[in-house]
Amino acid sequence: MMGGLQRLGRSALLFFERLGRGNLFLLRVLAGLPSLLPRGHLLVQQLYSVGVLSLLIIAVAGLFVGMVLGLQGYYTLVDFGAEESLGVMVALSLVRELGPVVAGLLFAGRAGSALTAEIGLMKATEQLSGMEMMAVDPVKRVIAPRFLACVIALPLLAAIFSAIGVMGGYFVGVGLLGVDDGAFWSQIQNRVDFFDDVMNGVIKSVAFGFVAAWIALYEGYDAVPTSEGVSRATTRTVVHTSLAILSLDFVLTALMFD
Amino acid sequence: MLEKNNSMDEVVVRIRDLHFSRGARKIFDGIDLDIRRGQVTAIMGPSGTGKTTLLKLIGGQLKPQRGTIEVAGQNVHKLSRSKLYELRKRMGMLFQSGALLTDITVFDNIAFPIREHSRLPESMVRDLVLMKLEAVGLRGARQLMPSELSGGMARRVALARAIALDPMMIMYDEPFTGQDPISMGVLVQLIRKLNDALDLTSIIVSHDVAETSAISDYIYVLSNGRVVGHGTPKALQETDSAWVKQFVQGLPDGPVPFHYPAPDYAEELLAGGES
Ligand SMILES: Nc1ncnc2c1ncn2[C@@H]1O[C@H](COP(=O)(O)OP(=O)(O)O)[C@@H](O)[C@H]1O
Ligand SMILES: [Mg+2]
Repeated sequence: MMGGLQRLGRSALLFFERLGRGNLFLLRVLAGLPSLLPRGHLLVQQLYSVGVLSLLIIAVAGLFVGMVLGLQGYYTLVDFGAEESLGVMVALSLVRELGPVVAGLLFAGRAGSALTAEIGLMKATEQLSGMEMMAVDPVKRVIAPRFLACVIALPLLAAIFSAIGVMGGYFVGVGLLGVDDGAFWSQIQNRVDFFDDVMNGVIKSVAFGFVAAWIALYEGYDAVPTSEGVSRATTRTVVHTSLAILSLDFVLTALMFD
Repeated sequence: MLEKNNSMDEVVVRIRDLHFSRGARKIFDGIDLDIRRGQVTAIMGPSGTGKTTLLKLIGGQLKPQRGTIEVAGQNVHKLSRSKLYELRKRMGMLFQSGALLTDITVFDNIAFPIREHSRLPESMVRDLVLMKLEAVGLRGARQLMPSELSGGMARRVALARAIALDPMMIMYDEPFTGQDPISMGVLVQLIRKLNDALDLTSIIVSHDVAETSAISDYIYVLSNGRVVGHGTPKALQETDSAWVKQFVQGLPDGPVPFHYPAPDYAEELLAGGES
C-alpha cells in the first residue's frame, strides 16, 4: 500500500520535473532563434531534411485521403441529390482538419523520429558535449535551426497535402463519378472562406509544427545516451507527438469553429 | 605568450577541496590538485573513479557541490555563460570517443571551431586547417569522413581539432585506451611533442600506467574520491604507499579490493533463494 503510494508520488515528481526541464529547454531554444539570422544556411539545410525529405509521403498520403473523401462524400451526398457540394465537402475537411492533422501525424513519424534519433545519437557519441567544450552552444547551433525548420515546414506540407487532396477528390468525383466540373470548383470558391477556413488550418499546422519540434528535439536532447535510451526516446517521440496533435486539434477546433 | 603576474603563471588549474556526488554516490570527497604550466600532468586511477567527471568539472560542464576549480586564475563555476565560453576557447579537450561530428569531413571538423569563432576568409581557414592536420600527420586524410578513420586516426583528428583555436591547455580523456601498439606509440609521442612545441599545458587522464608515466612530468593517483598519491613518475615507482603501489604495479588485489562490496559469501550461499 505504502509502496504503491510512494511509487505514484515518485512518478508524479519525475513527470513534473521532466515537464519543467522541457519548458526550460523550450525557452533556451526560443532564445537561440535570433542567432540564426546571420546564418541562414543552417536553416536551409534543415528545411531540406525535415521538409523536402517528407514531401513524398505527404503528397502520396494527401492524394489517397482526397480520393477516399471523394468516394465517401459522393455516396453520402448523392442520396440527397447534393453531389455538387462534393468539392466543398472535400476541401473543407482537408483544409480545416485532415490537412493539418494527418500531415502532422505523418510528420511526427517521418521527421520527428529522425530528429530524435539524430540528436540522441549526437548526445550518445559526445558530439554535443564536444561542441560545448569548443565554446559552441549546441542549443543554438544544432537545436534552434531544426526547431524553426519544423515550424516553417509543417504548414507548407499541410498546405501541399490539402491541395493534392482536393485534386484527388476532383479526380474521383468529377473524373470517375461524373460530378459536374464547374459546380465542383465554383462551390469551393463560394463557400471556403479564406480567414475562417484556410487561415485557421494554417494556424493549426503552425501549432502542430511547434509541438512536434519541441517534443522531438527535447526527447533527443534529454535521451539516456545509450543505444537503448535513444531507441526508446524515438518511440516516445512518435507516440507523444501523435497524442499531442490529436488532443490539441480538439482544443483548437473547439476554439475556432464555435 | 600571455603576460601575467608570476604567481598565476605557475599553476594553470588549481583545484581545492573538491566535492562532487551523483545522487547518493560520492565521486570526489575533497580533492586538491595543481596543474602546472608547460607540464604534462597525468591523473590516473581505476575505471569509474571519476576521471572523466573531473575533466567535465574543469571544463565547467558539471558543478561541484563544494570546493573550487580555478583555471588561469578564474573560478570556473562563478563565471557567466559568456565568460565561461571565452575560457573554453582556451581549453582544448579530447574526448574518449573522439566526439567528431559524424556528418562532415575531417577537414570540416577541424574548420568547425575556427569558422564558429572567427570571420576569417575561407582561404585562411584552409591554411589553418592544413597546418593543424600536418601537425598530427593527417594532411592527406582531410577529405575522409569520420566513419572512414581508424581509431588511432580519429583521435589524431580530434587532437588537431582540439588545437585548432590555439588553446593554452589540452585535456585528454583516456587517449590510449583501445589503441593498437603502433598508434599508441604515435599518440604518446605526439602528446609530448605538441605540448612542448606549442607551449601547452596538458592533462592526461588515463589508466594506462606505463604509457602515461613515460611522458608525464607529474602524476596524481585517484582512488575512492581522494588523491592517494602524487609525485613525479620516478617518485611514484619508489613509493611506499600500498594504494599507489597496487595501482602503479598493477596488482590484482590490495587496498583496492578485488571484490565489489557484498555480504559475507558463506552466509549468502546458505541463505538460499531470496536474492
Ligand atoms: N551521466 C551520469 N549519470 C550518473 N552517473 C554517472 C554519469 N556519468 C558517470 N557516472 C558515474 O560516475 C562515476 C565516475 O564516472 P567517470 O568519471 O566516467 O569514471 P572514469 O572516467 O574514471 O572511468 C561512475 O561510477 C559512473 O557510473
Ligand atoms: Mg572515463
